[in-house]
Amino acid sequence: MKVLLLYENRDFDLKAPLPWNEKELMQDLELNILLNAMAGSDEFLLEVAMKTILTGITNDLDTIIYRQGIIQDCLKNPSVIRLLYDITEGALESRKIGWFGVFSKYPSSILSDAIGLMEIFSDILKQLRQVADEHVNKFQSDGFNRFFTMLQKELSDTYFEEINTNLESLKFRDGILISYEMGNGNKGIHPRLHQYHGKRKSWWQRLFAKKEHIYTFNIHPRDVGGARALSELTNEGINLVANALAQSNDHILHFFKLLKTELAFYIGCLNLHEQLAKMQAPVCIPEPITHMERKHAFKDLYDPCLALKMGKRIIGNEINVLNKNLVIITGANQGGKSTFLRSIGVAQLMMQSGMFVPAENFQANLCNSLFTHFKREEDTTMNSGKLDEELSRMSDIAGQITGDSLLLFNESFAATNEREGSEIARQIVTALQEKNLKVFYVTHLYQFAHNFYNNNKEDKAIFLRAERQTDTTRTFKLKVAEPLQTSYGKDVYYKVFEET
Amino acid sequence: MAFSSILFKNKTALISETPAFFVDLNLVQVINTVIHGKEQYNLKPFFNTCLRDPEAIVYRQETMKDMEKDELFNCLTAFATRMYAMRQQLPNPKANNYKYQDERFLLDAVNTYSTAIHSLSGDLAPMNIKSSGLLAFREYLVRYIQSPVFTSLFNDTQKLLTDLSSIKYCVLAKELKVQVASYREETDYSAEVERTFEKFKREAIKDYSMKFTPNLQMNHVEASILEGVAQLYPLVFQQLSDFCTKYADFQDETIITFDREIQFYIAWLEFISKLKQSGLSFSYPEITSNNKNIYSHEGFDVALAYKLVKENKPIVCNDFYLKNEERIFIVSGPNQGGKTTFARTFGQLHFLAALGCLVPGREAKLFLFDRLFTHFEKQENITNLRSKLEDDLIRIHNIVQQATTNSIIIMNEILSSTTLQDAVFLSKKLMEKIDRLDVLCVWVTFIDELLSFSEKTVSVVSTVEPDNSTIRTFKIERKPADGLAFALSIAEKYHVTYSALRNRIKL
Repeated sequence: MKVLLLYENRDFDLKAPLPWNEKELMQDLELNILLNAMAGSDEFLLEVAMKTILTGITNDLDTIIYRQGIIQDCLKNPSVIRLLYDITEGALESRKIGWFGVFSKYPSSILSDAIGLMEIFSDILKQLRQVADEHVNKFQSDGFNRFFTMLQKELSDTYFEEINTNLESLKFRDGILISYEMGNGNKGIHPRLHQYHGKRKSWWQRLFAKKEHIYTFNIHPRDVGGARALSELTNEGINLVANALAQSNDHILHFFKLLKTELAFYIGCLNLHEQLAKMQAPVCIPEPITHMERKHAFKDLYDPCLALKMGKRIIGNEINVLNKNLVIITGANQGGKSTFLRSIGVAQLMMQSGMFVPAENFQANLCNSLFTHFKREEDTTMNSGKLDEELSRMSDIAGQITGDSLLLFNESFAATNEREGSEIARQIVTALQEKNLKVFYVTHLYQFAHNFYNNNKEDKAIFLRAERQTDTTRTFKLKVAEPLQTSYGKDVYYKVFEET
Repeated sequence: MAFSSILFKNKTALISETPAFFVDLNLVQVINTVIHGKEQYNLKPFFNTCLRDPEAIVYRQETMKDMEKDELFNCLTAFATRMYAMRQQLPNPKANNYKYQDERFLLDAVNTYSTAIHSLSGDLAPMNIKSSGLLAFREYLVRYIQSPVFTSLFNDTQKLLTDLSSIKYCVLAKELKVQVASYREETDYSAEVERTFEKFKREAIKDYSMKFTPNLQMNHVEASILEGVAQLYPLVFQQLSDFCTKYADFQDETIITFDREIQFYIAWLEFISKLKQSGLSFSYPEITSNNKNIYSHEGFDVALAYKLVKENKPIVCNDFYLKNEERIFIVSGPNQGGKTTFARTFGQLHFLAALGCLVPGREAKLFLFDRLFTHFEKQENITNLRSKLEDDLIRIHNIVQQATTNSIIIMNEILSSTTLQDAVFLSKKLMEKIDRLDVLCVWVTFIDELLSFSEKTVSVVSTVEPDNSTIRTFKIERKPADGLAFALSIAEKYHVTYSALRNRIKL
């Protein structure tokens, strides 16, 4: 019995390592806003959302397509998904109430606790089967089809009967039958428990009826030591079966836990979808392209974090970049450059984790790691200058880069004068570009941007500019355009200081 | 040669009390460590008893040499383990006794015993054994195994064990009623339950089973069940009773003695193996009983070495030799420089040689003494009313009275509780006596006058690092008897030597 709702052939591992730059990604892309929208105030949903999104970067194309199918089913049947989630949550709750086996060490008490819990679990499994019976026809994805069919096949009525028979006979109403061999010191060894219930009981009764073959004795009711000795013997006899049943409980519990975990991701997706739908912000199932290609094409791509923060739909961007590995973004301050950069990063993460994407349509090649290098506030640790700190972060990134990485730079290396900053940026970006890594670079470093613009022989780079209307109100739209020397800082200054 | 003992070539009386010199030579800790965990064998008397006959020593040296080979050592320790297990299996007369169980205990013990003997003999057969002791023992074993006593013991045991182990029975317990019946083929219910839930099964999971520690003791319920089994299988249990009557005394005296005595070698070899691992050498000394020109290369104090190895600290080895008329080491030099250690080493080496053991050091020739006397400075004893000086002198007097020319005397910083003048006087008197005895002696002293008393005395000095006299090297070296080396090195350190002062004082 496998859940397999996140991967086609393996379980999701909540303990899988996160990318080394998890903190940077969270901070630079402001992912907590996105994650909170998925989780509400539920910590478990939050954890699952964070782990699926951050580890999604390593997913292959098949996994993404697999999840996209499941998400589409979820969006069509949100109530069924929420019902499944509630049922599994109930199973986990009942375990907390009904399970005392952890504290008692005697097989007899472990067994009776395990029987009690198994009765509850079998009831919950029945509920899952009923959901499958009722709704299987409404689902089209491979993932849910497999899952529901499995429930129907494995959890048949005869199977529940088998469980029930076992639980009844494990209550040993007719006595406990154990066989022994004789070991050293003529002690009974290798105790084996035999079923003594129902049909099997009558078989044994016939044997025991022949008086010459049995030896009977009774422990005196006041012989406390004797009663204890006998219970120790029977405890040893049922030791294995108690363990087997308790472990089976754990196995089933694990199934429920895993089901809850994997469903939690889709619950998060549903929650996010509802919020975006409320402000009529568009979403789409993106079209992932293989790692080898270099493509970014989308319409109305926006930063969902900003939209969620502002509580309204925001203006998106549109580009179509084919066979390019460098995008340099220049232009007006507060012209939406950072927002654009974030939307690129967030969309990439969402797409690779199998989610829908905040855009009208979206197409991009997969990457196998994502790096952000954003300008930071002044260094508070006092042990390095600002440029020093930036270069040190760059060095960390360089140590982790793999082929087909995506790197997002936001005003990096500007902590010195323009000439030096440009030269550093030039050397770094040239190297990255030669490795065919995909770079988005927001910059005010005119020399740097211009240098690439003039030397773009192979046409591997594209230049976007934050647009500025002559009336100084920003449109928050980027256009393909040559880098300009001024970034309209003056405008902002005047606006803020309300001077003319 | 008929075999009787692996430790003694000829009958030797064992000494039960610890020799007096054990305390001074730090042998108490050493021997306690050596025999630790082997209390059941009562090895102390073996370590208390020094041999007097060179041939008896060679007999042991040969045996120990053989046992240094891992193969032989391991098969002897395996034998010991089995014999120990056998003794554990014997019915305990103090415990709750149930007839059918005690009878089985005896059978199990006999089985372990005969297995132990069979495998030891089988293991020894192909081995290249050189020592006369072990060769004789091996032969003894072969003859014992072929004896009718042993063969019938062995065959009866095996048959009975086969019969008993084929018995299977069932117990049906309901409330306080217990029924016992012979076993009919049935499936294992635990496995069936597991099969039901197979589809949920995963790896790595918590184990809920309780650990029932195997315990051969029986309670009265188990005993009642066993009685039931005996009634179901009366024939086999009758045979078991007959077996026990027949073989109540099944152990062979000589083999039991061997099992104890061989532990002497095992104990010593185990002890020194830790020291060998840290690079220290051990060797078989040449034993002399008529020539006092002895020597040792890279010898060391085994008690100190054991302590330092545990603390991961380096050990300093020392050489010594006596040639021609030399008999007496006079040890002087800075305190904490290894003087006492040197004296102990000398004593320990001779003691261990007299046990027939491997002794510390790369190579040695040692004297077979008749008595070994030590006199180390002792704490004042307030329970006897004599003064410390008087006490010292009485003890020294006893030693000199009892010592023969074949004895060894080791003295450490005695007579320090009197004035220097007295001490010089008494020391000289004492030296005259020792000189006359022609006895081997180590004397740690601060009295310079003894350093060149006669041609018999050899001066050895604890030394310090040449560049920094505050660092002890713990090396004891033969040095001319000027007694100045230490003082000079301190003078150098403070730049008050002749040349240093000349340079410093500019006039």
